[in-house]
Amino acid sequence: MSNKAVNLLVPVLAVILGLLVGAIIMLVSGYNAIDGYAALWEGIFGDLYRVGETVRQITPYILAGLAVAFAFRAGLFNIGVEGQLIVGWFAAAYVGVAVELPKIIHLPLAILAAAAAGAFWGFIPGLLKAKFHVHEVIVTIMLNYIALHVVNALIEVVSGGSERTENIFASASLRSEFLAELTDFSRLHYGIIVALIMVIVMWFILDKTTTGFELKSVGFNQNASQYAGMKVDRNIILAMVISGAFAGIGGAMEALGTFEYVSSKAGFTGIGFDGIAVALLGMNTPLGVVFGATLFGSLQYGALNMPNAAGIPVEIVGIVTAVIIYFVAASYVIRLFIERVGRKKEAK
Amino acid sequence: MSPLEIFYFLVSSAIFYAAPLIIVAIGGVFSERSGVVNIGLEGLMVIGAFTGIVFNLFFVDALGEFTPWVSLIIAMITGTLFSLLLAIAAVSFRADQVVTGVAINLLAIAVAIFLVKLIFQKGQTDIISVNFSQIRISFLRDIPIIGDMYWTSLLAIAIAFISWAVIYYTPFGLRLRAVGEHPAAADTMGVNVTKMRYVAVMISGALGGLGGAIYAQTISNDFGHATITGQGFMALAAMIFGKWHPLGAMGAALFFGFAQSLSIVGPSLPFFSEIPTVFLYILPYVLTILALAGFIGRASAPKASGTPYIKGNR
Repeated sequence: MSNKAVNLLVPVLAVILGLLVGAIIMLVSGYNAIDGYAALWEGIFGDLYRVGETVRQITPYILAGLAVAFAFRAGLFNIGVEGQLIVGWFAAAYVGVAVELPKIIHLPLAILAAAAAGAFWGFIPGLLKAKFHVHEVIVTIMLNYIALHVVNALIEVVSGGSERTENIFASASLRSEFLAELTDFSRLHYGIIVALIMVIVMWFILDKTTTGFELKSVGFNQNASQYAGMKVDRNIILAMVISGAFAGIGGAMEALGTFEYVSSKAGFTGIGFDGIAVALLGMNTPLGVVFGATLFGSLQYGALNMPNAAGIPVEIVGIVTAVIIYFVAASYVIRLFIERVGRKKEAK
Repeated sequence: MSPLEIFYFLVSSAIFYAAPLIIVAIGGVFSERSGVVNIGLEGLMVIGAFTGIVFNLFFVDALGEFTPWVSLIIAMITGTLFSLLLAIAAVSFRADQVVTGVAINLLAIAVAIFLVKLIFQKGQTDIISVNFSQIRISFLRDIPIIGDMYWTSLLAIAIAFISWAVIYYTPFGLRLRAVGEHPAAADTMGVNVTKMRYVAVMISGALGGLGGAIYAQTISNDFGHATITGQGFMALAAMIFGKWHPLGAMGAALFFGFAQSLSIVGPSLPFFSEIPTVFLYILPYVLTILALAGFIGRASAPKASGTPYIKGNR
């Protein structure tokens, strides 16, 4: 079987295995797995409102996935998307609350602020990796917690001791009456368009610019890139900054579209961590990320219907997600399996 | 409170908060010394905390005062079993260890909350009635500082010293370190790399589960989605800050425990009440980054850490 076909089969098989494990767990726990997945399906596509909400949920996943994928392409593992998303969320909400400007300036400004905040949060591990050879995985994990606590403290300062900020001014909002009406008044907003534009932006950077070529080259082989005269340090920092900017914009989607405020958090949103799964499933390509985000966004939103419709805790989808990531990480086994099956067929 | 009393109080509460961190961080030391990065420590703690609390709730009538202790053993066993998922993927399946660790963390919290909802029909468990804070060390009561200590704190310190001895002064420890530094060389000398790594990951699973169960039965006293939020990663930080050495990890965990206890009791103390708590919250993480960047002495991981060993590859 060709390499490309195997690369496509791995994520598909991982998803199937994930759903299978989910079904087994439901059965063992005394639930009806068919009812469970029917409720999930209903929760995603049941009616126009749900479709709208599903698409809304997919929006930040696309950006989180892009962020992880972009770093991956440069050979970096950005687990810090969660933290970058949180600072982006805050920055966008802050700009949305602090000033009132014409929409044409205010909205881009708020998104830019989020991108800048996320980029800065990505710059730190990038700089440390490039200059001090510190592994980005640990630094980004630490920065996630720093982001969580710092943003919580900042919210208290900005809101004068409250747990959430005021709602943002309408001039910074992504809310769309058109999209809402189209989907039976869901919270679907223009963010999905922003996210799709960013997909094109990532494709453009990676495939159409010299910078993108250098980033990919550094991802393949740092020494060779160095020898070819590329500035490896600069490229590492740049990759983390751009990755962080994508994540920051993901936060802006929540700040300007879904919630229109930022509130202090007891724990992580999980979007950034799911972004890892999204990127892995999408094989770190822009288009793949759209598919990955669609899958995980749908699962995540559809799961909310499971307790009501089938009495099954939403966490079942968390288990499915984790199993999918597990099998994508351990794709060696899946590849081996595909190879064996392929060989048997050839022998026949 | 007099300054001396404040000091005693801070020291004993720092050790109290540090105990689970010490144990989990040392679990990380074992795993990484063998060459397997264990981002999944957080998940192992979740599993330990969950099993500890659930076992405690169900067996407290039968076991009485021994319940928390037996819970610890059960949590260690579950932690070990759960860590097999990491071992199989990272050692046998040659998976990306970091991504697998992330999957382990996500899986642990999802499984634990799923089961909690299944058993208790709500998002968190009941509060346990017998926990460790009620079991004080009676014969040491008159000695300052130590008199206020908990059994769990002593257990953590004992584990640190035993691990140090095992890793640096036994044939097992030598093999463990060899496998993590240069698996090919160790293989040539007849060390079974796969077996050593499995054992090391399982030890980290046992200690991760133990740490989680101690945390749950001393500090939180119940289990829900917010019981373990980052303590596993803090343990990971302590391991790095302690330069992959059991006693170093203990020192770092003690320091983090101190920071944690300050953030909790700080507001009631003079001077510390002036510092916004956010600085105390982020202190461990900031310090870890500084340590990694080499501002506080260079720390380097075992050489083969993070790479699967494939026989015949150089």
